[in-house]
Amino acid sequence: MTGATQPATVVRLDRAEVRIGGRTIWSDVDLRVQAGEFVAVLGPNGAGKSTLLAAILGLRPLSAGSIQVLGAEPGRRSARIGYLPQRRAFDPATRIRGVDLVRLGWDGDRWGLPLPGWLAGERGRSAARRVAKVIELVGAGDYAERPIGQCSGGEQQRLLIAQALVRRPELLILDEPLDSLDVTNQASVSALIQQVCRDHGVAVLLVAHDVNPILRYLDKVIYLARGDALIGTPEQVITADTLSRLYNTPIDVLRDRAGRLVVVGQPDSHAGHP
Amino acid sequence: MAGAFSPNPIADVQQLLSYHFMLNALRAGTIVAVLAGVIGYFMVLRRQSFAGHSLAVVGFPGAAGATLLGVSPVLGYFGFCAAGALLIAALPGGGRAIGNRGEESAVIGTLQAFALACGFLFVSLYQGFLTSLNDLLFGTITGVSDEQVLVLLLAGLACLAVLLVIGRPLLFASVDPAVARGRGVPVRLLSAAFLLLLGLAVAGTSQITGSLLVFALLVAPAATAARLTARPGLGIVLSVVIAVAVSWLGEAIAFYSPYPIGFWVTSLAFAGYLLATGYRLARDRAGDRA
Repeated sequence: MTGATQPATVVRLDRAEVRIGGRTIWSDVDLRVQAGEFVAVLGPNGAGKSTLLAAILGLRPLSAGSIQVLGAEPGRRSARIGYLPQRRAFDPATRIRGVDLVRLGWDGDRWGLPLPGWLAGERGRSAARRVAKVIELVGAGDYAERPIGQCSGGEQQRLLIAQALVRRPELLILDEPLDSLDVTNQASVSALIQQVCRDHGVAVLLVAHDVNPILRYLDKVIYLARGDALIGTPEQVITADTLSRLYNTPIDVLRDRAGRLVVVGQPDSHAGHP
Repeated sequence: MAGAFSPNPIADVQQLLSYHFMLNALRAGTIVAVLAGVIGYFMVLRRQSFAGHSLAVVGFPGAAGATLLGVSPVLGYFGFCAAGALLIAALPGGGRAIGNRGEESAVIGTLQAFALACGFLFVSLYQGFLTSLNDLLFGTITGVSDEQVLVLLLAGLACLAVLLVIGRPLLFASVDPAVARGRGVPVRLLSAAFLLLLGLAVAGTSQITGSLLVFALLVAPAATAARLTARPGLGIVLSVVIAVAVSWLGEAIAFYSPYPIGFWVTSLAFAGYLLATGYRLARDRAGDRA
């Protein structure tokens, strides 16, 4: 882990609360995410996992408490955050290359025109080098020149991770990046995220529906349910006792021979996902 | 239209350019084609063709109403299209009726029918020449005044100047709105600004192709360009080149033939689209998907 001598607090929530339309999504959340930490956000549908990410990104105001992201109000440090929203499958007819998509992650928020490389001068060339490098890092070199709509789900996801990484973020926020990937791709994308986290000291906050593909990489788990949040190591949080208390109903956590966890008896909250 | 076609192409072009109305038609056609080529590229990328079509239909009662009141139809086109753009921008979803889903497209569709009916009413109240209805709906090359060319030029330059500033974040917000929003790009504002630009481009294009054939310059060149390349910069350039070529050729053929300009421009644009689609199918089949 680089820069681990004095890990900085990247995200800090104090007694945070979000209410949407009179309903409390969660309250009293205290959270610290340090540089280089790999943190999973878990919980049933409608528990406010995406809302937590939105609050950290500054897209959803708190109704109480405070958030600090990279030492500032949320939304102020967006250039230092890589964000991968909940899965967007690109329309097969989308005629934009993967490399263009990654490039938009580099300077898409700057006013002006997207110039072709030969017109953009030295700044354009160094941007193109960085884009090529990050595409190589995620192993998307073979299909980055293809229209994004014609890439497979796993290929699109790698390119989107490259897009989130291109500006060397200090915080990576990923909303269900493993959903709708097949098992092989889940494993390889998880390993890629873990590699970025460890090698580059990037803090990762990842919303997951299924914790198993990332379980062995996790430093910390946030489990959201019924307006409460439990935070700790996976061993502390994903246990029958803790989850039973959180849900106020008997829950079992089973572990199979490969170490995979199965949470049984978890009531899915059917309130719409905010 | 007016000219007698000869086997000598240079003489033909000279003859064509010797008419002031043709010169104006070509000037206006060029301005409109450049604008429609650029804006159309973003419209196709954003899947807002439905919004574009609605704006074109809204322009028709504007122009007809302006004629009825004795005002320049140019004002009617720009006024109604700009107002329509702001209206669509105010709807939830901002006119991004992906796959024409839901309530929003039903509302817009209802408004479209009403707008067409109003335009038709204005034309019949005007009791002018029957051709004015045809011209408003399907375009003409005879009626472009010097003043109109100037207005189109100013509107075109203003739109391109705005695009020069918002082009890159607009591309970002068009391809990937969620990430762009997370990056602090004002996605909603850009969406409204783009609809306004689209309204202006539609209003300008309507004056050449008529309200119903706007898409010949707005969609077809952009869709053709998208078939040929997946590079955004090259795509915009190609879209403009195709729109200008279609507009020039269409106007020249209309000059030498008894058939209206709208038909020629649309047919040329359609032919280009078919060719590009064939090319894309052949390339994809060959396994090269770049």
